[in-house]
Amino acid sequence: MTASAFSTDDVEPARARRKQALAPSTGGRPWTFYVLATVFTLYIIALYGPMICIYILSFQDVRGGLVFPMRGTSLHWFIDLFTQVRTGDVKGAFSRSIRLAVIVTVITVVISFMSGLAFRKRFPGDRFVFYMMIGSLVAPGLVLGIGIGLICNALGIDATWYGTALGAQLSWTLPFGVLVMFAVMSRFNSAWEEAARDLGASSWQVTILVIVPILAPGLVAVALFGFTLSYDEFARTLLTAGSLNTLPLEIWSMTLNVTSPSLYALGTVTTLVSFIIIGVCLGTIARMQRRRARGPAAH
Amino acid sequence: MKKELKARRGYDGWLLILPLVLVLVPFFIVPIIGVVAASFVQSDGFGGIIPSFTLENYKNVLTSQLTYQLYWETLKFTFFAWFFSLLIGFWIAYFLVFHVRNPLLALGLFLLCTVPFWTSNIIRMISWIPLLGKEGLINSALVGVHVVDRPLDILLFSSLAVIIAYVHQLTIFMIVPIFNSMARIDKRTIEAARDAGASRSEIVRLIVLPMCKTGIALGSIFVISIVMGDFFVVKVMSGGGSASVVGAFYEDIGVLQYPSAAASATILTIIVSLLVVAILSTVDIRKELRR
Repeated sequence: MTASAFSTDDVEPARARRKQALAPSTGGRPWTFYVLATVFTLYIIALYGPMICIYILSFQDVRGGLVFPMRGTSLHWFIDLFTQVRTGDVKGAFSRSIRLAVIVTVITVVISFMSGLAFRKRFPGDRFVFYMMIGSLVAPGLVLGIGIGLICNALGIDATWYGTALGAQLSWTLPFGVLVMFAVMSRFNSAWEEAARDLGASSWQVTILVIVPILAPGLVAVALFGFTLSYDEFARTLLTAGSLNTLPLEIWSMTLNVTSPSLYALGTVTTLVSFIIIGVCLGTIARMQRRRARGPAAH
Repeated sequence: MKKELKARRGYDGWLLILPLVLVLVPFFIVPIIGVVAASFVQSDGFGGIIPSFTLENYKNVLTSQLTYQLYWETLKFTFFAWFFSLLIGFWIAYFLVFHVRNPLLALGLFLLCTVPFWTSNIIRMISWIPLLGKEGLINSALVGVHVVDRPLDILLFSSLAVIIAYVHQLTIFMIVPIFNSMARIDKRTIEAARDAGASRSEIVRLIVLPMCKTGIALGSIFVISIVMGDFFVVKVMSGGGSASVVGAFYEDIGVLQYPSAAASATILTIIVSLLVVAILSTVDIRKELRR
């Protein structure tokens, strides 16, 4: 097959070949474009379709079931979710998850930023720290959960959502945050930093007045990772949260017990929170980039 | 003088990295050591442990037929999830990088692919229930157009459903690193290949594929380690029909059999680490990240 492809190309006039070479930027679309555009569209439908189904189904009335067709429209299952004892302490889990995610976000942004700065230069043991980070990223969440549980038992510490679960989640969000910082730092031009230093800025001033503003969009991206990964974290939190549930743990117990659209209503609510966070973060990044594109005159 | 400066720089580096180390040591290194240590002690049967060295836990795990069945099942799911997420992820990234001409549109479509990553995995998993169920949309449609007489049972609570849920969740882990590698390929390389007479399939095979090897490796590490460490997708989507390695030792925890759970966990961690090291040895990921 390779040989035949070669030979047909060889007899093709040079001009036709040149035209094909320019294809990525101008001229007609190759057939592969249409095939891949179809694949892409199907992927997006498969990605969002099921999620949209449960949002729609969560707005059924009291007769509602887990599958289509829709039975009436109401907010019944949302009210049910927050008022019924049967579905557990959703309100409490919700507020714990949000508070925990905020704490994780702040810590993740600060530590990832510092680590990003550290990794710009070589330091003794940098390889070890790097592989420790990768290890923490790929370690099975439940194994870490068991480990943390065992250590707590041995030391006589109680597992709590703001203590052990916080640490367990950081072992997952920090490697992500640092990897994002790697990507951000690779586009950072250190000439700005040197210029500031030549003008007599102290290293603290260089950090706060030069590096942080330049890297601000990247730091927002780290915050987005920190918040959403913590807010949806399940495997590492399961054995480390102690007696009070976070939201994903609440959803998990609901998937095993609750067979009403309340489950979907919870899905709608929690996804709405995620979408708000994603929207705010991406919006902030876009605004920063636009302001930057307008240039120094705008300042 | 110069040496002193270098030493100072190393010291600064450590000061900056210290917070990361102070989180990872107690919440990654120490727990792993704890699990390994617990795998060598005896259980008293009531959730406590008897502090004496034993290899009994490993002997039980490694001689049990069940262990091999569980690993076979888990590796099967891992392979299918990896294969399909790579196949779809590669072509989605290829489409975005080489076929979408407007860079702003490409970025927009890329973000469209990544948004679900930032939402709850569990919710995305259960969202297949109204589609795949016995009275779900797909079965209704199939019966409606007379492709099948009765609703298919194999769509939900089956191995198929487990693989669908994995691919749905994990393809994003392939798209992002592969997209990243592909976007760095100099378009002139491809034009040069075309001028030299390379066909479309040759360009993909001989230029694009080798140049996004690192992206594929990174994506594979994510997909393989997540599927190997998962238990809730298997539990919910197979409807109890399939089990997983992690699911089995989670049940041990439920009945307070910590040492045997720890032994299984240690074996799993070793296997996942070996797979990750094998993938890492084929590429230099740090170089790619710093580029």
